Amino acid sequence: MSVLVDNQTRLIVQGITGREGSFHAKGCDEYAAQFGNKLVVGGVTPGKGGTTHEGWPVFNTVEEAVNATGANATMIFVPPPFAADGILEAVAAGLPLVVCITEGIPVLDMVKAWEVIKDAKSVLIGPNCPGVISPGKAKIGIMPGRIHKEGNVGIVSRSGTLTYEAVHQLTQLGIGQSTAIGIGGDPIIGTTHIDAIRLLNDDPDTHAIVMIGEIGGTNEEKAAAFIKEHVTKPVVGFIAGQTAPPGRRMGHAGAIISGGEGTAEGKMEAMKAAGIHVVQSPADIGQKMAEVLGR
Amino acid sequence: MKIHEYQAKEILRKYGVAVPAGEMATTLEEADTAAKQLFSQGNAAVVVKAQIHAGGRGKGGGVKVAKSLEDAAKYAKDILGMQLVTHQTGPAGQKVQRLLIEEGSAIDREMYLGAVVDRASSKIVFMASQQGGMDIEEVAAKDPDAIFKEYIEPAEGLSPFQARKLAFKLGLTGPQINQAVGVMTGLYKAFTETDCSLMEINPLITTRDGKVLALDCKMDFDGNALFRHKDLKELRDMAEEDPLEVEASKDALNYIKLDGTIACMVNGAGLAMATMDIISYAGGSPANFLDVGGGANQQQIEAAFAILLSDKNVKAIFINIFGGILRVDVLATAVVAAAKKLNVTLPIILRLEGTNVEEGRKIIAESGLKCQIGTTMKEAADLAVAAAKG
Repeated sequence: MSVLVDNQTRLIVQGITGREGSFHAKGCDEYAAQFGNKLVVGGVTPGKGGTTHEGWPVFNTVEEAVNATGANATMIFVPPPFAADGILEAVAAGLPLVVCITEGIPVLDMVKAWEVIKDAKSVLIGPNCPGVISPGKAKIGIMPGRIHKEGNVGIVSRSGTLTYEAVHQLTQLGIGQSTAIGIGGDPIIGTTHIDAIRLLNDDPDTHAIVMIGEIGGTNEEKAAAFIKEHVTKPVVGFIAGQTAPPGRRMGHAGAIISGGEGTAEGKMEAMKAAGIHVVQSPADIGQKMAEVLGR
Repeated sequence: MKIHEYQAKEILRKYGVAVPAGEMATTLEEADTAAKQLFSQGNAAVVVKAQIHAGGRGKGGGVKVAKSLEDAAKYAKDILGMQLVTHQTGPAGQKVQRLLIEEGSAIDREMYLGAVVDRASSKIVFMASQQGGMDIEEVAAKDPDAIFKEYIEPAEGLSPFQARKLAFKLGLTGPQINQAVGVMTGLYKAFTETDCSLMEINPLITTRDGKVLALDCKMDFDGNALFRHKDLKELRDMAEEDPLEVEASKDALNYIKLDGTIACMVNGAGLAMATMDIISYAGGSPANFLDVGGGANQQQIEAAFAILLSDKNVKAIFINIFGGILRVDVLATAVVAAAKKLNVTLPIILRLEGTNVEEGRKIIAESGLKCQIGTTMKEAADLAVAAAKG
């Protein structure tokens, strides 16, 4: 098994006719096709409804796309000024899974949208995230599929390339992954560390978890408290930004130490106190997991 | 994006928030004219305030109260052009290139009022404290109960009762309550309509004649929302930013200067931070944070090299790329071309992984470029640290 994405996932892409939307629609579809799964069923670009793009039917609205294709997930590549609206449209159409890749959404757009998202049945991943992959089944996102290997370690991370790094280390050691969830680097995101860890903890085929965090906010601290209380699976953790100066935004909109909150030190302490195997060096993530699994 | 106090106060005026009268000056003549004007209007005192983006200006000697025109001229001369050092500028300080000449206020009480997007609740939160003039971080650390908070429902906006609650908690009385409610309503409107990420009125004061006034104002805008605020974009003062960071922003590179000796070029913010971490873990010190992004092209790589090379502390360059969307062979070609064009003589340490890595390594090997390749992050970091130590 896996979480969020599997061989039952039927995906539409919002912004499918754009350069990135089109490129990654193909990437996702080809990845799933290797395992005999039909993933992408169509796309949405307002004004281009009724046309086809790369063989996929294009619709004007998400609702139409869902009704016509039976999609149960969406991947959003809508440009930042319109992306929060794109999320709301997907949520209004009742899609169970909404993955928003778009980086650079104004934070007050997300503050407004959150009022609706927080009570919705949809699960939102992102924004500003690499997406979700269940190796050997399907992927919704921009991650390179071939570095992954099907297996039993779940991953949750705020960062894209750092997640690839962790996945690569695991794969090199022969350790496969159940699902890797990139939750995104923005200050306001749908699925947080705690939500992702809850999912992975409930998944019988996930035997251990890698949790990658970074400076800023208090999500990692909250996840650590949850892990201490509820998680029996071993967790390996890493926090990026141990050498980041306070008050500076390190690339990700959410990666900033402010008011003494969100330091790497504080997060690592909280994680250690929760029994998480915290590594200081990002090069040790895979090795530590191998150790923990007794390999 | 940060702006100056005088710019923030101009915005507040538009939203009906009471601020002291004042003029911005970039020369001593302008400062003198502004001070004359204020004294002629019957003000007993004029305040000369250094305009830099960092806080803590008063303690650093960047804010002076003048009781006469002569004093005002003297203070303006002292402050304009000075290298102002505060706890936020670093030891080198920031050169003062603008002054705000403002009417003096007869302060009765100093309070704090701030608004920020709260990540945990995903809402705008207003914060108020009776301890004005102090860093809110300091108050939060010493006496968290002294900070009063109101979380704002996005659909409703700041409700009058919430503003009243904060006003009473600030210890205001009588007509000051309604004045403070007016101030907060204006601040909320300004915050949402300009896409602020942070707004601080420190101090908010009551004057001896009972008025409520924003004596200082700090505003920080959400860079992601600037596309819908062309007027605000023009308020950017590049003289306040690190020149290398300004240069990097022109090529859409995410660069932050640090004070170490190993320059880093990385794709992805998380991996860029992790690269800085592994450098210090290996016993070195990172010279910068640099995320070239997921779709870096030749021109960006060239620009990135130029920026890294103009930092004179740099002793070695560590390139750490995990190719996902960004193919390693494309990057390798760009690195070789840029390094040759700029005639890079510093040691380059490469760590390449991901999409088309074999092709990428081949391009590097066949290029004749003098560099070392680490197969893992750890190995590459060790090589970089050794190279930087010479």
